[in-house]
Amino acid sequence: MVTYIVRRLVTAVLILLAASFLVYLLTAASGDPLQQYRQSSLPNKEQLIQQRIQLLNLNTPAPLRYFDWLGGAAGCLIPFAAECDLGKSIQGIEVTTLLARAMGQTIQLVTAATILAIIIGIALGIITALRQYSGLDYGVTFMAFLFFSLPIFWVAVLLKEYGAIGFNNFLNQPNIGLSAMGIIGLVAGFICYLVPKSGVKRKLIAAAIGFVAAVALCWYLDISGWFLTPGFGAIGVALMGVAAAYLVTVLTAGLRNRKALYSALITVGLGMIAYFAIQPLLDLATILMIIILGVGAVLVGVAVGYLMGGFDRRQSMNAAGLTAFLMGFVILLDRYMQEWPEYFNNSRIGGRPIATIGSSTPNLEGNFWIAGLDIFTHLLLPTIALMLISLASYSRYSRASMLEIMNQDYIRTARAKGLTERTVVMRHAFRNALIPLATLVAFDIGALIGGAIITEAVFAFSGMGQLFVDALNAVDPNPVMGVFLITGILAMTFNLVADLIYSVLDPRVRVKA
Amino acid sequence: MSTSAENENPDTATPEARGLSQGQLVRKRFFGHTAAVISMFVFAGIVILAFTSVGYAGIPGWYQWNYIETPPIQGRGEPTWELPFDFGQHPFGQDSVGRDMFAMTMRGAQLSLIVMFIIGALGGILGVIIGGVSGYFRGWVEAVLMRLTDTVIIIPLIILAAVLGTISQTMTGRGTIANAIFGGSDGVVLLGLFVGVIIWTGLARLVRGEFLSLREREFVDAARIAGASDRRIIFKHILPNAVGVIIVNTTLVMASAILLETALSFLGMGVQAPDVSLGSLISDNQQAFTTRPWLFWWPGLFIIAICLSINFIGDGLRDAFDPRQKKFRAKKAKDTRASSSAEAKA
Repeated sequence: MVTYIVRRLVTAVLILLAASFLVYLLTAASGDPLQQYRQSSLPNKEQLIQQRIQLLNLNTPAPLRYFDWLGGAAGCLIPFAAECDLGKSIQGIEVTTLLARAMGQTIQLVTAATILAIIIGIALGIITALRQYSGLDYGVTFMAFLFFSLPIFWVAVLLKEYGAIGFNNFLNQPNIGLSAMGIIGLVAGFICYLVPKSGVKRKLIAAAIGFVAAVALCWYLDISGWFLTPGFGAIGVALMGVAAAYLVTVLTAGLRNRKALYSALITVGLGMIAYFAIQPLLDLATILMIIILGVGAVLVGVAVGYLMGGFDRRQSMNAAGLTAFLMGFVILLDRYMQEWPEYFNNSRIGGRPIATIGSSTPNLEGNFWIAGLDIFTHLLLPTIALMLISLASYSRYSRASMLEIMNQDYIRTARAKGLTERTVVMRHAFRNALIPLATLVAFDIGALIGGAIITEAVFAFSGMGQLFVDALNAVDPNPVMGVFLITGILAMTFNLVADLIYSVLDPRVRVKA
Repeated sequence: MSTSAENENPDTATPEARGLSQGQLVRKRFFGHTAAVISMFVFAGIVILAFTSVGYAGIPGWYQWNYIETPPIQGRGEPTWELPFDFGQHPFGQDSVGRDMFAMTMRGAQLSLIVMFIIGALGGILGVIIGGVSGYFRGWVEAVLMRLTDTVIIIPLIILAAVLGTISQTMTGRGTIANAIFGGSDGVVLLGLFVGVIIWTGLARLVRGEFLSLREREFVDAARIAGASDRRIIFKHILPNAVGVIIVNTTLVMASAILLETALSFLGMGVQAPDVSLGSLISDNQQAFTTRPWLFWWPGLFIIAICLSINFIGDGLRDAFDPRQKKFRAKKAKDTRASSSAEAKA
């Protein structure tokens, strides 16, 4: 195993060297870095050209300049030496500084989108696999193909128009019209129509319930002025907690396991006590405090499950722990919503909260919650755009993987033993269906940092993509190399991780030493 | 059971039992895939519309404007198309200087399609050659070619494509022969060639895997013992068996190629003004969304239509070549379940 990893690492370094050489030469050949000055009519034109030649060392041919760059970059390999020198950009700023800033932005942008895409995509894939060739399956398949085929820049511009400008206009006059309510109701009804497995009557009943529920919800949101003063309130939090408890129990233990259900419900009760108890504490919230509270909540949940004891303790612990996490999330969300009016009426926001460009409102003052809401309003649209597109591939892959597993002999054996469908799906099929996805996720994370280039360009996010595009337009190899180095190293690392994960998860796969 | 008796009846036998050739089976399965067949017609329609309407390479089309002319703006330049068949002067509207949007969209679609075909063809050929050679000959050839593949694959596609797209822009206008052949769009051809040179990596890996497993099969051993040359084994025995993987993945490469090209043109690193691509049309008109939304909708819809139809064709081809997740199996399972439950009731 160790030999294998060492060998892979050595090849990786060599490949990285070759690829970086290639990128450097191509970038240097992509244009004329002096273009900007050649056509200018400034009196000190000659001097400026000389300055730039000096700065970028243009009198040396590109292949030699690469080794110059490589010498500086090699300093990055020595840990803690702070000798990392990736050269300077065309404006004379250190590339390492630029990269550090851009990477923070990009990671902020892609994290939420990736996590959401993975969770929703896999859930959709599993559900459609279990309902193969149903209306739901065809619907989701069509949507997945559509999302595959969407040009992200087009979606992004649409989102800016309707998601930001349109929604902001709506917020200034938050009345859902009757016709809009009807349309939302019909869409909800149609989705509910697809959910039941069979039987036109059951499908129609589901559709009717969906329609009524959606219209009632819209009507309530409308008359209570929810959009201006959002929040769940204590009752909402409690209802969502109970719903989460049931859902988690169904998925992890099955409703027949009463101990698991009760421990989840007890956790919700404790969560409600905490909801009232910690509100004053949350006024002083910091990110660290939220993390500690979250971990504490999960520990309490696990403890409740442990104390419930019983025949299969772990199931109760899982159910209660997961419920506690969801409960904490709902409380957090509720708290953010309570702060919404203050954010909304802030003079820097001026009643138009959903932003179309940038990653934060400049000069916005406020506490932890206001800052969080600001990040949320800026990330919302790019996250949706990025998510839609990767969601499609996750749902397709997990569907295919699940279908293959469900046709295996051991699934039939599990059913023949008399296990419930839930146990068969969640314990036998789902876990094994995730194995090929682990590789896919690893690959994707490696490719993500470079993949947000277009989204960043549309939403004017000053991340890695923007850095790359600007540098390429200015024929400035150093930042391009910086971006490539980060993405390349990430891609290599995650390829290796993917292979190792695969051999750990699936013992049939052995790595060759 | 009644189902096994039915299977021996030639009318209801599975297609495999009817003595059809492999090609016939594939064709039959493909034409049984409704979405793929519809997509094929949509795609053919778009290709015909794009190339006949505004003409190509000096051959005039049937449409009255071209993408450069600036006829006087009518009204605010709104689309004059009234459903269903009253097209008017400018069915897709006009932009701020009066250029006809339909002509521009068609020209953009032409260029995007050309780039897509070049990328698909070049990427496919390179992928098959590199993957096939390394899978069949193994040894140091495989080591070198696969390390080359690794080198190209770790550079994010969009980064490499953007750099090459910029290079293709600086080289445009020099290739006069290409200019003559491709109707003044040699920059586009260069872009296609450059992206095709880097997009083969995924296909090469797949083809290599396919060749690696096929070369160990008995029929290849048999051919070798019978004295067949490497060339004969590759072209007559292995390649026909790998053709499914190749066709399906080339199709999918083409679908991603059109998104890549439009994205590059959107960023200003692909097709250059005065020529138009579907991507650059969107890029030029995104600011005008509130005042002239029609400039923005049509190119986007064409990209989606082209890409979606190719994806569905690819899906149909995959089902046709690789029928492991067959449709009729699910239906048969349902039938058997239904009949057995009926028997149980009886």
